[in-house]
Amino acid sequence: MFPFILKRLASSLVVILIVAMFVFGLTAVSGGDPAVIFAGDDPSPERLEAIRERMGLDRPVPVQFLLWLQTIAGGDFGTSFFTGRPVLTLIGQRVEPTIVLSLYTIVMSILVGIPLGAAAALRPGGALDRFLSGFTSLAFALPGFIAAYILIYIFAVELRWFPVQGYQPLSEGLGRTLWSLTLPAVTLSLIYVGLLARTTRAAMIGVLAQDYIRTARSRGANTYRVVVHHAFRNGLNAVLTVIGLGIASLLSGVTITETVFAIPGLGRLTVDAVLNRDYPVVQGLILIFASVKIAVNLTIDLLYRVVDPRVAQ
Amino acid sequence: MTVQTSSDPSDHRFTMPRLSFRLIFGLGTLGILAILGLFGSVFLQDPNALAPANRLQFFSSDHWLGTDGLGRDLLARVVAGARISLAVGLLVAAFATVFGVILGLLAGYFRRLDPIIMRVNDGMLAIPELLLAVALASLAQASLTMVVFALTVPQIPRIVRVARAEVLVLRKSPFVEAAYISGSSRFKILTRHVLPNLVAPLSVQVTYVCAYAILGEAGLSFIGAGLPANTPSWGVIVSENRTFFMQAPWTVFVAGFFLTVTVLAVSAVGDELRKSAE
Repeated sequence: MFPFILKRLASSLVVILIVAMFVFGLTAVSGGDPAVIFAGDDPSPERLEAIRERMGLDRPVPVQFLLWLQTIAGGDFGTSFFTGRPVLTLIGQRVEPTIVLSLYTIVMSILVGIPLGAAAALRPGGALDRFLSGFTSLAFALPGFIAAYILIYIFAVELRWFPVQGYQPLSEGLGRTLWSLTLPAVTLSLIYVGLLARTTRAAMIGVLAQDYIRTARSRGANTYRVVVHHAFRNGLNAVLTVIGLGIASLLSGVTITETVFAIPGLGRLTVDAVLNRDYPVVQGLILIFASVKIAVNLTIDLLYRVVDPRVAQ
Repeated sequence: MTVQTSSDPSDHRFTMPRLSFRLIFGLGTLGILAILGLFGSVFLQDPNALAPANRLQFFSSDHWLGTDGLGRDLLARVVAGARISLAVGLLVAAFATVFGVILGLLAGYFRRLDPIIMRVNDGMLAIPELLLAVALASLAQASLTMVVFALTVPQIPRIVRVARAEVLVLRKSPFVEAAYISGSSRFKILTRHVLPNLVAPLSVQVTYVCAYAILGEAGLSFIGAGLPANTPSWGVIVSENRTFFMQAPWTVFVAGFFLTVTVLAVSAVGDELRKSAE
């Protein structure tokens, strides 16, 4: 197990390095002289020269990259062009809504998707199974912001069960936060519920056809026991994959959902930073999002081995 | 995460999918949208004609799908949007396929290039799709070219993965080895023997890229990082009408309906292609 972890960590580091190169290159191509942006209105040529020297902009590009990497590794993600505040502070202020929304979405998707898929697997071709198949296609094709507006129309405008938009911070109490995030979480869940249910269904159908399930049944185990104790764990790996993919693509999904629901999270920060051409913030966000995605993939790879020791062989 | 490969390339030959209901729905819808997009402007109103007096009207005989916040005819705008969405879908699918296949062939066939191409690939895949697209779209002035570029780059690694996995299987297959022994050049082996066998497995992937691109353009335009304001793209239409959502929800739903049906049609074609490949 240990050499495996070490090997995967090393390759993750290489991937992060490539992301860092890309992110660094992004600013290089974006035009715009950082020194001019940094110096503010109408700077003298001497002042610009001094800033260039301090920021290392007079050095060759590879040296600049290494210097930049060094400051990033030291936890300094630079200063926002737009607000003049440290990038990490800006990100820190916006991280709470996105984390709560992501966790809420994942929990909701798992609680609905897995039982739905398992139930559909018990009767392939049945009514529930056909409903699930239609639901998944629709959930994939329905753009996030349209799903959001449909939910807002039904549950906020007509029924008035949930707020139209906005976010209640955790300091107001968990109940209020979850209440304000329910429609956004349902919006994001739609596609994962479909994916998770379909994967669970496929995995379960495969497992339920095995001999040992028939043995369990012939010895008098009821359906619930067969599904939960015998079949589920063996189908869990495929489900884990989808949960991992879900978390990774959730990071894309929050951008649009947070915009529709006016949630002051990292997704909204990304949109604002891009529209303002605030590259230090964009760089920081890409690096952090990519690291989270890599960390999730790594964890899932390790969990495979915990759940199913056969993978290691 | 594993990539599906098949040990026998012969079962990957491209076969025409059976004419099922879903395929007819998919192709039919796309055909109608294409005809509307190409010729709709002949018999419809000007999608940009302002008429503030007629703003936010519900469906009527004058305006079949109502009017938006500036009194523009929504049917005309949505039909003009079909042209943009289909163009973006096709262009992104085409460019991503060309670049993805070239890189996939190189990585799969020339083993020395493999680690370099695949590490860069992993790096690109580590950046969330939409975030990458948004960042790339911000590099220059908003335009159709920038949107196509921004949506193509994140899709290339997905094509590379599928193409490389297939090439790895194909290069060990008897007919490629036979071609090699009989003295065919590497270029000829790649273009004459390997490339044609990529068509079937890639055709499925390409339809999904097309669907993602259509959704991606709408998403980018919706958050303001895609096509310029006032362009009749489905994403822009939703974005410019969201302020009137409470008074006139149909202005948002009309564009959303077209978008959803289009993506359903594209993925229906993809699903049928996959079924016939299996």
